[in-house]
Amino acid sequence: MDTRGILIAGVGGQGIILASDILCRAIMTAGLDVKKSEVHGMAQRGGCVTSHVRYGKKVYSPIARKNDVDVLVSFEKMETLRYLDFIKPEGTIIINTEELYPPAVNLGDAAYPEDAIESVRQMFGTVKVVDAPTLAAQAGNFRAVNTVLLGALSSCLSLPLAIWEAALRKAFSPKLLEANLKAFHLGRAV
Amino acid sequence: MKELLSGNEAIARGAYECGARFAAGYPGTPSTEIMEAFATYAGVYAEWAPNEKVALEVGIGAALAGAKAMVVMKHVGVNVAADPLFTVSYTGISGALVVISADDPSLHSSQNEQDNRNYAKFAKIPMLEPSDSQEAKEFIKLAFAISKRFDTPVFLRSTTRVSHSKSVVTLETPQPVEDRTALCFDAEKYVMVPSNARKRRVEVEKRMRRLEEFAEGFPENRMEINDPEIGIITSGMPYNYAKDVFRNYSYLKLGMVHPLPVGLIRKFASRVKKLYVLEELDPFIEEQVRALGIEATGKAVFPYTNEFNPDIVHRAITGCREDLRTLSARPLPPRPPNLCPGCPHRGIFYVLGRLKAFVSGDIGCYTLAYMKPLEGIHSCICMGASVGMAHGMSKALGKKGKGKVVGVIGDSTFLHSGITPLLNMAYNRSDAVIVICDNLTTAMTGLQEHPATGFTLQGEKAMGVDLPELVRALGIESVRLVDPHDLKTTGAVLKEELAKPGPSVVIARRACVLFKREKSAPEKPLRVDPEKCTGCRVCLRLGCPPISWKTTVAAAGEDRGGKKGKKRQGIAVIDRNRCNGCGLCRQLCKFGAITEVK
Repeated sequence: MDTRGILIAGVGGQGIILASDILCRAIMTAGLDVKKSEVHGMAQRGGCVTSHVRYGKKVYSPIARKNDVDVLVSFEKMETLRYLDFIKPEGTIIINTEELYPPAVNLGDAAYPEDAIESVRQMFGTVKVVDAPTLAAQAGNFRAVNTVLLGALSSCLSLPLAIWEAALRKAFSPKLLEANLKAFHLGRAV
Repeated sequence: MKELLSGNEAIARGAYECGARFAAGYPGTPSTEIMEAFATYAGVYAEWAPNEKVALEVGIGAALAGAKAMVVMKHVGVNVAADPLFTVSYTGISGALVVISADDPSLHSSQNEQDNRNYAKFAKIPMLEPSDSQEAKEFIKLAFAISKRFDTPVFLRSTTRVSHSKSVVTLETPQPVEDRTALCFDAEKYVMVPSNARKRRVEVEKRMRRLEEFAEGFPENRMEINDPEIGIITSGMPYNYAKDVFRNYSYLKLGMVHPLPVGLIRKFASRVKKLYVLEELDPFIEEQVRALGIEATGKAVFPYTNEFNPDIVHRAITGCREDLRTLSARPLPPRPPNLCPGCPHRGIFYVLGRLKAFVSGDIGCYTLAYMKPLEGIHSCICMGASVGMAHGMSKALGKKGKGKVVGVIGDSTFLHSGITPLLNMAYNRSDAVIVICDNLTTAMTGLQEHPATGFTLQGEKAMGVDLPELVRALGIESVRLVDPHDLKTTGAVLKEELAKPGPSVVIARRACVLFKREKSAPEKPLRVDPEKCTGCRVCLRLGCPPISWKTTVAAAGEDRGGKKGKKRQGIAVIDRNRCNGCGLCRQLCKFGAITEVK
């Protein structure tokens, strides 16, 4: 099996690192080699955050090449457009409909691209649009946007459901688990 | 048992498995999690020192008493610790001492991109460099063994990609710990007066020769001979990038980057046709390979700056741009990091930005206040520099600088290296005002304890130094305490202090908004009343992430405008899900348009 790549992108504070931790644990439990990479620290304060995940029989680089990622999970609508070069032409894109304005947009100095989803649809065949904030609220925790999107990703990968659920159990305290399991399944059903 | 660990967690695990029970460090991205992970193991002693120099001296003391000690810092921290570092290389240690330097190619979270392999050569200290988490765990053990065997401190160098990537690690049962600590008197070895140091200087050179021999047979310096057409000498993360794109080339992977195994390099070079040296940042290995008279290609094709990735390596070696599909061509608004909603720094920088003073800044979250719209910081060099620079600037400007020079420093940074320059300011007396942004934690690196928080790294209660008293004890007579969320008072106090002759300190105290221990009941989020908002944009000057501008089309016959005779162009909007109700915008709104969400 060749090395496969998943790229999770979004904005600091959206729970991207936790989502990719859960994903990697699930892949590891399935018996595959896995590496992931992201940048912490200053970048986390509301800036762009990406997490590269690569898995297969033997993985060397934890970061993907251009045109080599199988699935992009974009936690923020506009951020999707920043990482399109990483995706294989036949790759899958999952887009959260949430809009988080960067400072220049807040100040009225730049426009937020309104046509992100349409333009991605023109470039890629498999585009899954997820209203994660609504589904997270429906699951009982508005912060569970990351788990909803993880659920949406899970339906694109061939890992058994039991492995996902075990990874979620390990990641969340009993108090938060129920809402997150629900969020995961709502995302998976999209 | 297998576990998914970051490079940092793996370093901590490896140290624990091989019996190290002592560590000191100062937080700094990308090194911080090493100490945090190590501190959680049973039976260890781990401390945050006020700065890296102190941390290294603590480690040296422990190692002289026979302990296996680990000292942890980011690359620029080694600059702070350089003074003891260069001389502990002479004395050697009694137990074992490993210094972790976590470098940051691409400056993800740093003020420079220095290549700390140069310190290994400069201070004559061996250095190991892992390429993933499994190696990180193994290499720290090897580093302790080399330290003990050669009576030398040893460097373990990581980079951001190694420290902050996660990969699968096989855990082992920790070795039983033997207590080998004892007082060890050996003045000729440990008292570095010139007569003793001259003798130790000779020992250092002897040790380097023995280490050079050791490097030849060191199993982590390993040759992988495949296709002999192309051979690549590399180490650390770039090895993975190259293996990813050129699985079949030949490799000399160096686990030890100082001293280099000269014989092995010659042997490898003789077995391949075209030789590359693949290394991020400086041509550290390349220059030494060329000095051997071996022809090699390095910086002629690989960049000097920034971290690499598989694409950069591929392009440099094949010399051709691949036919890649590019789709991200359209310009997007940038998304730089920003101060959090409710951040206590926002108030102080809003006020400072309006004073038209030069603000000499420092290292911390608050450095982000240099950006639009706050534009409240005008320089940032290194930890603690704000105070000395403000003093120097004030002295140089003389009367012209009166009331116009401010230094800003965080609480943790002040305790790291702001105390001595403040003492200097009191001693040599300048007119600058120093603002200590006291958010009661080390926020930037993820909320670490420091000597004023009242807790230690391992969660024990500790003394918490009283900052106003400390500042007074240094000789600063005018010391004021303000709440930076009270914009009016903060502004008035700063103006008063800037008008006074002589140095003064304003402590702006409010807990970091992410800080759990001091968290009060959450405030209600705020909203903008679209009827009352005149579109004056004053609240937008705070640069608060939930506040955005929404262009509105003036309805026919609408006469209410932001300014007389001008139709309003739009209104401010607050995203209630992200607003934490700090109320700064409400203080600024003259029209009473900002109120609590009902």
